[in-house]
Amino acid sequence: MRATGSLAGRGAAAAVGVVLLAVPLFLTGGWGQYALHVLIQIFIWSFIGQAWSLMGRFGLVSLGHGAFLGLGAYAVALLWNFFGLTPWVGAVIAVVGTGLFAAVIAYPCSRFRVVGHYFTLMTLAVGEVIRLLIIAERDWTGGSLGLTLKTAGSRGLLAIQFADRRVFYYGALVLWAAGLWVWWRLDRSMARSAMEAIGEDETAAASVGIHVTRFKIGITVLSAAMTALGGVAYAQYITYVNPETLSGIGVSLRIVFAVVLGGMYVLLGPTVGTALTIALSESLRIVFGLKFIGMAETIYGLLLVLFIIFLPAGIYGSLARLVARRPAGAGV
Amino acid sequence: MIDPIFLAEAAINGILLGGILALLALGLNLIFGVIEVVWIVYVDLVMLCMYAMYFLYQVQGWPFWAAGVVSLGLGALLGIAVHLLVISPILMSPPINQLLATGGLLFFIQSFATFLWTTDHRSLRFSLPSFEVGGIFLPATRLIPFGISVLAMLALYLFLTRTYMGTAIRAVAQDRDAMSLMGASPQRVYVVTSAVGGMMAGLAGALLVFQYSVHPFFGGQFGPLTFMICVLGGLGNMVGAFVASFVMSEIISIAGVIWSTEMGYVIAFLVFIVMMFLRPGGILARRE
Repeated sequence: MRATGSLAGRGAAAAVGVVLLAVPLFLTGGWGQYALHVLIQIFIWSFIGQAWSLMGRFGLVSLGHGAFLGLGAYAVALLWNFFGLTPWVGAVIAVVGTGLFAAVIAYPCSRFRVVGHYFTLMTLAVGEVIRLLIIAERDWTGGSLGLTLKTAGSRGLLAIQFADRRVFYYGALVLWAAGLWVWWRLDRSMARSAMEAIGEDETAAASVGIHVTRFKIGITVLSAAMTALGGVAYAQYITYVNPETLSGIGVSLRIVFAVVLGGMYVLLGPTVGTALTIALSESLRIVFGLKFIGMAETIYGLLLVLFIIFLPAGIYGSLARLVARRPAGAGV
Repeated sequence: MIDPIFLAEAAINGILLGGILALLALGLNLIFGVIEVVWIVYVDLVMLCMYAMYFLYQVQGWPFWAAGVVSLGLGALLGIAVHLLVISPILMSPPINQLLATGGLLFFIQSFATFLWTTDHRSLRFSLPSFEVGGIFLPATRLIPFGISVLAMLALYLFLTRTYMGTAIRAVAQDRDAMSLMGASPQRVYVVTSAVGGMMAGLAGALLVFQYSVHPFFGGQFGPLTFMICVLGGLGNMVGAFVASFVMSEIISIAGVIWSTEMGYVIAFLVFIVMMFLRPGGILARRE
């Protein structure tokens, strides 16, 4: 059933890869630039969605990924703006730092058995703490007004700032592909079976010799570090960071929505969900423009509710399940 | 060193704020305890009721009590609507989907409010006196909401303990399956619970307009705090939520005076996080 293993699957994947690599050659002019901008956002947020789904699929539902996103983005932005440290080094510090932070949160959560609703609301609190700290430290971070990255001028490569969108496109593409690879590797590994057992019943998993604490901390740290990297990528691309768009409950909910909409148990689920939500909000914005402020988001919210009620396994997940069921049904 | 009078004033303001927080937390906790669904959208229902207060009292010039009654009714209707339209179809879905469905509703309500009423902050004007006791100012705009919310919580307590429906609600909260085995349908209990929870939101809306201006993103100000109070008190534990409201409001109020408003919230949330580790079942729960 694993499509990536079959010859046809590999052929299709290769074809999609070639198309994605060639896309920037055809997207020129004003609309082309805009389409490229949308694609870059889809890749970056899909990567973040993949990071979230690593935890989400094993029952670790986090509403605090905004914390990791904000920590990563702000660490790099502050190090660059105030100390002139190149984001290449800054990103390493941000990702490692966020990973450590996640471990500090995950250890007691695992040790004291904070699971289910409690884990979710706990992560929500962590997200809010980071958002409020960013706002409170306004001398450094600019508070709720946000912070613009200092322009680098001729040292663009050093600062990871490029006038040409195509550079960001390929960067985001690599990031996204790396996210897929991590997801796929984890899906095939022993860790997956272990995590699934933990998600079902922690006590039973521990009784067959699974090191529950180690696996839970590991997956949380991996997810947080990837999210921080996504935050760095987004901040470098937009060259502006803001506590509302990069931390807190709003962005955390958006990440979760995209993943659940696509389906978190399939490889391309987070990507499909992110592409749909971004395409939806962008097209609604084009349709309504500045005439009806709030209307686009209203329809977005309404559609999310409807999708969750009527397609609980996610759009891509439901389709994949339908395709998988049909041959079996034909045989009976 | 901070003047002790300021601290005393902050402590009293904390108690007065705690009254309203308790109202919010009890409403949300009632719904969680009975239906086992976390309404992320809860404080946004409060926001809609605050708009009702604004338009009826400030714009139409209705008497305050009449606007308050409408707000209560609107809250109950919204509660029933949320349950029947969103929760009821996915009652058997995984908890994450239920959480997200109410989260989608949050986006919907916030944006629709922005669309209808823009992001302007609107406040109601009252001409109410302030009292001074030993150098501490006690404005009536804080005393009245506190008094009413205490009465409302008393009424909720009597409803839950002294009426047939209240007993049924507590029975479902204790054991949902046993209730079905007794031949009773939980659905009716769910609808009544949602209505009561919605009414608490409506009342909180009517009381919050005394101190806060209303805008579409008002929910963000109190939403996360309300969930944390519920968890701190123990999800579904009404007495715990009541106690936790005052703990959190005191921390926010006093730390807010010593440092800044944001730091007040940060410290309150950090206390919440640490308490989660020490007492996962809530502050009043016995340790396993």
